[in-house]
Amino acid sequence: MFPDNLTFSIAGWVNDGVDALVSNYGDVFRHISETLLWAIIHLENLLRITPWWLMLAIVGVIAWHATRKILSTLLIIGLLFLVGAVGLWDKLMQTLALMMVATVISVLLGIPLGILAARSNRLRSVLIPLLDIMQTMPSFVYLIPVLMLFGLGKVPAIFATVIYAVPPLIRLTDLGLRQVDREVMEAINAFGANPWQQLFGVQLPLAMPSIMAGINQTTMMALSMVVIASMIGARGLGEDVLVGIQTLNVGKGLEAGLAIVILAVVIDRITQAYGRPRRGGPK
Amino acid sequence: MNEMAINKIEVRNVFKVFGNREKEVMALIREGRTKDEVLARTGCVIGINDLSLSIRAAEVFVIMGLSGSGKSTLVRHLNRLIDPTSGQILVDGEDILEYDMPALRQFRRHKISMVFQNFGLLPHRNVIENVAYGLKVRGDSKAQWEERAQHWISTVGLEGYEHAFVHQLSGGMRQRVGLARALATDTDIILMDEAFSALDPLIRAEMQDQLLELQRRLQKTIVFITHDLDEALRIGNRIAVLKDGRLIQVGTPREILQSPADDYVDRFVQRRRTSI
Repeated sequence: MFPDNLTFSIAGWVNDGVDALVSNYGDVFRHISETLLWAIIHLENLLRITPWWLMLAIVGVIAWHATRKILSTLLIIGLLFLVGAVGLWDKLMQTLALMMVATVISVLLGIPLGILAARSNRLRSVLIPLLDIMQTMPSFVYLIPVLMLFGLGKVPAIFATVIYAVPPLIRLTDLGLRQVDREVMEAINAFGANPWQQLFGVQLPLAMPSIMAGINQTTMMALSMVVIASMIGARGLGEDVLVGIQTLNVGKGLEAGLAIVILAVVIDRITQAYGRPRRGGPK
Repeated sequence: MNEMAINKIEVRNVFKVFGNREKEVMALIREGRTKDEVLARTGCVIGINDLSLSIRAAEVFVIMGLSGSGKSTLVRHLNRLIDPTSGQILVDGEDILEYDMPALRQFRRHKISMVFQNFGLLPHRNVIENVAYGLKVRGDSKAQWEERAQHWISTVGLEGYEHAFVHQLSGGMRQRVGLARALATDTDIILMDEAFSALDPLIRAEMQDQLLELQRRLQKTIVFITHDLDEALRIGNRIAVLKDGRLIQVGTPREILQSPADDYVDRFVQRRRTSI
């Protein structure tokens, strides 16, 4: 047995902190929550109002633009059609909306943080262990305080998703920027490029494959959170998986699970195709 | 003639220490310790050790030395890609170490350009955009940079490749792009850091000829870094020999060949003599 007089607990201390946060800043969090909710609901409505054939056409156009391959495009459209065919179209749109909002927030946070991390070794050495924690901490641990602050539903689901999904984007943005050829950086410096011109003209474009790989990872990880998100009241495909588990309806769970996989495949193909450097030009 | 007036670049007592114990190292140098002793004691590398030289306007000044002799470090001091630990660097009589960032950028945009060993070209831009890079950065209009870039592309013999990407070009062609980029900004000074070292011998000779040809017309101040004596003798008006960050000898190719200052220079020259 571990001796009793050497044990201590931070639980009470943390609980007090969270309580104080909820009672003192509850309004602020409510405000953030409402703004976010407004965005999600409008996006969700938009996606659900859009007729299924138009949605398929839009995805088809994006897929074609990204891959330039007829077969891939048809496959992507076919897979999504299949999800609609098993009656999960509406839930697919709900999950898509949740994921898109989480991804946008992740990009807005992740890319600037990645840029800052690439510039400062000190920030990076603080950030990296933090990212490790965010990725390894079981999500239920931070779901509880997030639930207390934002209530049940979509908003805490998004927060949990962002916490889990943003680290790879920060890492890969940082990596991509640091991997830009040293001599290229020296050259543009020697010609008097200012920091702005260096970042947007050279570093970000050259780091793009890495950043797109980060966005790809972020979307994949966001998708893997949908089941957990549905446990705290977010609607969508995860809900069906959850119901499938609770009612031992393996078939239903499998259908929804496969639909999540299909959504993952579709998004993965499209973001990966955009990540591939396309230096065409005259051959 | 007034010696000061024709000196384009003046390097005065420049020291460069790599590492974070600069003060200690400077003290050790004053005690007369060698580079190896300093490295063993402090873990700091002496890049440049009390180096002074002057470069005249419109000459091709070659800086020669083995790898690790500090030649690439020295040339980066001239446009402040590296800042010295102590010393003075004057260009046209102005101490460039006093420039703040905006002034330094202006200096780099208008007065000094550079050609790199591994080209340092932008892989995501085509040839004409690469050549125009210095012009675009300083805010020239599209019509201006297009015309200037086009002019220099044809001068270096790359007509027809304007819209090719860097990865589609051979090594020699890439360095022509690098050269055109440096020439396009029309700066008085061009730094060339082992510019032809990555090229095969035939292409290298061709590029040397082209550089000499251009220099006859343009009369730029060219600071050329190389480890190759033949190259130095071929293109240099004057040659400086560096060893361990110290200046060993400066002179015309003839002076270097006929009266090498010490064993180090002599060894450089020896092979040349025996091969003749």
